[in-house]
Amino acid sequence: MAATIEPSVADVFAWLDAVPDPEIPVISIRDLGIVRDVWWSGEGMERTLTISITPTYVGCPAMRVIEADIVAALSARGVAHTNVEMRLAPAWTTDWLTANGREKLRAYGISPPRPRDLAADPRALDLVALLGTLEERAACPRCGSLDVALVTRFGSTPCKAQYRCVTCREPFDHFKAH
Amino acid sequence: MSDTTDLATYAMRLGDNALVLGQRLATWTGHGPSLEEDLASTNVALDLIGHARLWLAYAAQCEGRGRDADALAFTRDARAFTNVLLVERPNGDYAQTIVRQFFFDAWHLLVLRALCASRDARIAAIAEKAALEVTYHVKRSGDWMIRLGDGTDESHARMRVAIDDAWPYTAELFAMDAVDDAMVARGIGCDLAALHAPWRTYVETVLTDATLAFPTDGVMHGGGRAGVHTESFSYLLAEMQSVARSVPAERW
Repeated sequence: MAATIEPSVADVFAWLDAVPDPEIPVISIRDLGIVRDVWWSGEGMERTLTISITPTYVGCPAMRVIEADIVAALSARGVAHTNVEMRLAPAWTTDWLTANGREKLRAYGISPPRPRDLAADPRALDLVALLGTLEERAACPRCGSLDVALVTRFGSTPCKAQYRCVTCREPFDHFKAH
Repeated sequence: MSDTTDLATYAMRLGDNALVLGQRLATWTGHGPSLEEDLASTNVALDLIGHARLWLAYAAQCEGRGRDADALAFTRDARAFTNVLLVERPNGDYAQTIVRQFFFDAWHLLVLRALCASRDARIAAIAEKAALEVTYHVKRSGDWMIRLGDGTDESHARMRVAIDDAWPYTAELFAMDAVDDAMVARGIGCDLAALHAPWRTYVETVLTDATLAFPTDGVMHGGGRAGVHTESFSYLLAEMQSVARSVPAERW
């Protein structure tokens, strides 16, 4: 009879580092910052590994794929019972993207999100002030120019907007600060 | 009504608004006026349907009648839907789609930001998540208000028609009823009436940039939240629910 395999939480985190984002496969789901927690629970045959993840955008169809990819990756490592839990709060923000993930995005041709401006009161009701300060500061991933023009706020996936570099004329995706 | 019944109704209203507008926008998919706009309206629809799933799942849990989010979306009749009339207005031309979207988005963002302070942890969590996404919605629809209003004579004229068409449906967004009062008293809901002034201020700013006149109130319509809907809503519902109703036990 084969011995029961119970990898450590650290090992599981390392394995999740190899699970790519289905839409932007150059970064892993850990680079994306959506893996919130990992723990074991239950006894004996019911021993279960739970992975808590948080959605990037609630309607993003990639979340279902990510869930299935996590279960498949852990199953390949011999984990029999995996439970993927979707945790809503605290809400995911692009500030959780790792430095490594940002660099991978840039190298791939996607302008990474800038840090969010946290000075504004999240509950203030003055939309003129709020929305007036929302302009993105994308940089061209090809030449680094900040002289860029927004093409559309909604790109090929919910998390990206499309820009064009005025300096080198390159069209590019920008990962929106969120 | 009991505490959980009020809470279920409250979550259901938020979910129904998102679901119905998401369904309206989804029918633009493949028919948008440009590729970028096709993607944008589809993305906004996706966000809204994602929000609807969260709100309706919570509504179903609060009502405790063994239904889930899908059952609420696909098996209720028109009289049981609690969305405001504005979101069920037909798509019309792109001016009508954008004006409906802008009036709703600006209201939606204010509501969600206010609900971030809700004493109900689930409502606050969904609101915080959704507010981040809706911030992009209102930026986009506001940009298009200006682009079309301050565009050609044709686009400007169509925007004026669209504004006059949608305006009578905006009062319902801010009307308080017994459920709202109860939710405010418990620190769960938000005071819709208090959001009217910030909404008007923002709408007026954008309309001014768009060279469009601020409309005057005439006869204002309501009743959607009580289940009294317009004729076009039944067609929307029939299309949205037809597959789920014809094969109720099917899974895919």
